[in-house]
Order: sequence, then C-alpha cells, then structure tokens
Amino acid sequence: MSRASLFLSAVRGGSWEARLRRIGRKVLWTALVLLGITVISFGVIHLAPGSPTDMETTLNPLAGEAARRQLESLYGLDKPLYVQYWDWLTRIVQLDFGRSMSADSRPVLDKILERLPLTVGMNLVSLMLTLLIAIPIGVLSACRRNSLLDKTVTILVFLGFAMPSFWLALLLMLFFGIELQWLPLSGLTSLDFAQRDFWGKAADLASHLALPILVYTVGSLAGMSRYMRACMLEVLRQDYILTARAKGLSSAVVIWRHALRNALLPVITLLGLSVPGLIGGSVILESIFALPGLGQLFYAAVMARDYTMIMGNLVIGAVLTLAGNILADVCYGLADPRIRAAGEER
Amino acid sequence: MPRCLRRFLGRHSMLALGLGLVLLMSLAAMAAPLLAPYDPNMPHDAVFAPPSSEFWLGTDRLGRDIFSRLLYGGRVSLWVGFVAVGISTLIGVVLGLVSGYFRGWVDELIMRVVDVMLCFPSFFLILSVIAFLEPSLTNIMIVIGLTSWMGVARLVRAETLSLREREFVDAARLAGCSTSYILWRHILSNALAPVLISATLGVAGAILVESSLSFLGLGVQPPDASWGNMLLEGKSALEIAPWLSVYPGMAILLTVLGYNLLGESLRDMADPRLRR
Repeated sequence: MSRASLFLSAVRGGSWEARLRRIGRKVLWTALVLLGITVISFGVIHLAPGSPTDMETTLNPLAGEAARRQLESLYGLDKPLYVQYWDWLTRIVQLDFGRSMSADSRPVLDKILERLPLTVGMNLVSLMLTLLIAIPIGVLSACRRNSLLDKTVTILVFLGFAMPSFWLALLLMLFFGIELQWLPLSGLTSLDFAQRDFWGKAADLASHLALPILVYTVGSLAGMSRYMRACMLEVLRQDYILTARAKGLSSAVVIWRHALRNALLPVITLLGLSVPGLIGGSVILESIFALPGLGQLFYAAVMARDYTMIMGNLVIGAVLTLAGNILADVCYGLADPRIRAAGEER
Repeated sequence: MPRCLRRFLGRHSMLALGLGLVLLMSLAAMAAPLLAPYDPNMPHDAVFAPPSSEFWLGTDRLGRDIFSRLLYGGRVSLWVGFVAVGISTLIGVVLGLVSGYFRGWVDELIMRVVDVMLCFPSFFLILSVIAFLEPSLTNIMIVIGLTSWMGVARLVRAETLSLREREFVDAARLAGCSTSYILWRHILSNALAPVLISATLGVAGAILVESSLSFLGLGVQPPDASWGNMLLEGKSALEIAPWLSVYPGMAILLTVLGYNLLGESLRDMADPRLRR
C-alpha cells in the first residue's frame, strides 16, 4: 500500500514551510494524475473507429457526405486530435463539460449531476453496511483463528469473492421478486409514486433499492472482512499488544481499543482504493435493476459514442476516485493516534 | 488412499479443493466436444424445456441444450482468462523488472504510470474500448490484459529491488553476465513464485470481467456461447425459465472459486510468517 500516505506524510512533522511545500507537491501530483487520466481516455476514445455522427449520417440513408462534414465541424471533430484535446481541456478547467452529442444535446454536467445522487447514495449506504458487518466479523475471526466461526467465515468469503454480482442479482430477483413476490424486480419507483404521501414514497423507494443495496453490500463484504481479518492478525502479532496484555488489561480492551484502532488504518486506505471498482460495478447493477444512475448514463453514452458524455463521466469517475483517496488519507490522519499526537505537540 | 496423500489433503484441504475445481473445469472445457450430448448451437423442438433426462440442464428460448452450451462456454471463459492474464503478466513482469533493476527516473516514471492506471475507473475504460472496437474475443483479451498489469508490476519491482542487492547478482555482474541474462536468469527465476500466484488469482479476475462484459452484451457475441451471455439470455426469461439463470452463474462461481482457492493457498504456503 504505497499510496497509503499520499497526503498523510505531507502533513506529518517538519516546519510549517516544509509541510506546505509537501502538501503543495501532493496537490500538484493529484492534478497530474487527473491530467494523465484525461489524456489516456481522450486518446483511446477518439482514436477508436466510429464516430458520434454515425447514427445520423452513415446509418441514415438520407444524409450525405456534406451533412456528415457539417455535423463534424459542429462538434469540432474535423480538427487535429491535439487541438480537440486542448479545446476540451480549456473548457473543462472552467467546469464546462460541453453538451451531450446525443439527440437531446443537454449540458453534460446537468445530466451527470441529476444521476450522481442515486449512485453515490447507494454506494455510501452499502459502504456503511459493509463496514458495520465486516469489521466485527474480521475482528472476531482473527481473534478466534481456526475456530468454527473463522472457518465458516472463510468459506463464505471465498464464495463471496467468486460470486459474480450480476448473478447474485438475478438469483435475488428470482427469489424475492418472483418466488416470494416481496420486492419489485427493477426500476426506482412504482407507477403510483406521484400519488403517494411522504412515507409511502419512502417505503416505495426503499423496497426498490433493497435488492441493489444488498448486492452491492455482499459484493464488498467478502473483501473487506478478509482484509480486516488479515490486518487484525498482523496487529495482534505486535509487541505493544503483548505489552498491553502483560499490563493486565482485559482482552476486550486490548482487542477493541488497542488492536482495532491500529488494524483499521489499512482498511481506511482500502476504502479509498475501492472507489473505481464501485463505479465500474454500478454500470452492471444499474443496468440489471434498471436504475437511473451514473452507470446507466455511461453505458448509454458508450453505446451512442457520445464523446462529451463519455469524457464527462470518466472525469467525474476519476475525480470521485481521487476524492476517495484524499478522504481516506484525511481519515487515516484522524484515526492514527501517532499522527494526532504529532499535531498536538505544536 | 495412501497415507501421505491423505495427510496432504487433510493439511491442505483448500489447495486440494481449488486444484480439483480448476482441473475439473479445465478438463470439462477441453473435452467439450466429447462430453457435450448435443451441438451447442443446434435448436431443438423443445423450447424452454426444464431440466430432464433428455436435456440435463434444460433448453433455452431457441431449444438449445444448456449443458452443451455450458461446456463450450467454458472454453471461451478459460481461454479469455489465460490469454488476458498472459498479456498482463508479460507487461507487468517486464515493467517491474526494468523499474526495480534500473531504478532512477525510469522507476519513477513507471511507478507514476501505475498510480495513474490504478486511479482509473478501469471498467469504464474497458467498456468504452470494447464498445468502440468490434466486441470480439481478441479485443476483450487485449483490453483486459492492458488494464490489469499494475499489480504484477509492483510485485515484481518489489522483488527485484531486494534481489538486485544479493551477492549472487553481484557475482553474476562481476562474472560479466549481460544485464538481460541477469534479469532473466537470476532475478526473474527467483521472483517466479509470487508472479505465478498472482497470475492464478488474475485468471479468476479476468473470467469475472469477461462474463460481466458478455452479460452487458459487449463480450462474446451470439450465437457463440459464453457464461456471461447465457446469463444475459436468462435474465430476459427469468420468470418463465429460471434454470437459464442458475447454471451458468454456478459455473462461473465454481471456476473463479477454484482459481482463488488455489492462488490464496499457494500464497499462504509461500509466506513464511504464516507457516507453522
């Protein structure tokens, strides 16, 4: 985990001047990563065959060569690639994501922002659930290593790792949606949603989101509890745990206060690193459950070769990823007593 | 069963189970033409037939035999897994060796590229590329390979960094061995175990990505069977023919489980701290 302390090491120790310089360097580096991502994406997407004008021109017998050229110059696709990239970049730094190249040609940012809350919200809820379940499981199976509990958990974890999320989604739909008829199969709201009162609406949303959130949670639960267990085993091997036990502290205090706090640190880093996977996973799950989120938007954009939309999504995805990393670093700093102590000395 | 074998199985039950699953799935895929009761693409009159003695796992909307399609789909999934991991391992090993052995600005550059690639929502990129190119088997394998080499690169670099300081590497250098010979003969051969372990786990990951792509309709194209596109067909008939959705997923689960168990138990065996 070499990225563990992207920002953490910058804040720790040294004079204020040195700290500021290090923070500046990290911020610069983050910006460079973002730039690198946009360069690769832009290149890959624009060099690939096919064009967003295909739908209206090549596939439309009524449109001729002139119409195609006109459309291309409208979108700026007739300029050299580096000019196109530079144009795009100068607009993006002003937060102008451009207009969608699809038929509605609405601003990309509007379309993304109206989809973002659902995807981010679902991921956050399932992340909370994952942590609530995975941390106790990981700790318990580390403390009772090779017990029946540990072995059961290990088996479940391996099954969870190997389970394709979309298959789990299908099975759950089959069981809860078709066999038991408890939950709706897909979509975000029922047909009579507008007529319901507040609680009716909330219950309707909850029943539609229950299965997707369950699938998200199961998907990340395996990795998280396995990782928690490994970190806990590593910490329990340390000398300061032996010291704490030798002092006569109860094992509950040793485990939940001394060991857990240290074992949580790498888990925080893992959370930051798991963002790209969550974003990618939303494409599949939102398409199965027909949820109007970011993943579905991206899928539609890719299918229509909507360049501005795809680039917008990739940028937002990268920003979310980097934000996850930075947030993980900040939390890391807050959770690590050694760093807090270093801050209080001043 | 001989006693030593029994003891081995008792002590390494995870390894044995993993190896068993991997072998079972590989053999089934290789022997698909011998084992399959029907041609996987031949339609029968019995449409959406439930599992029976005639069609062991039932038939789909065109009356094709699910069991035969599963066997042939397995060939696709395993082939994609192996080739994609081959590509990513090759890239990762070369970049990791260069990075760890020469250090300096080359190392810095390669590791920064690794950082950038790890920040990528790579499934987004895979999707865009596959959708833009023809969704063919070759493209899928290349794209998965090109987006999953970062872990191997870091691993090999770390091994190389420690191996290059060892006496036998100094001795080889003094004896006048060429750099490529040292890298190949002395460093890579000593770093082979972790690379193979990560490749084993990589096969599992690649199979999952391929089935996700096929499930979105961007992977293996009909009429050819793959476990992912069989599930896609199953989804549209979830209410009338649930068996279409059950078995292909089970095949993915067992295969991925096999590779994961194998890789993880090999890793545990290689880690001296966990050895008791």
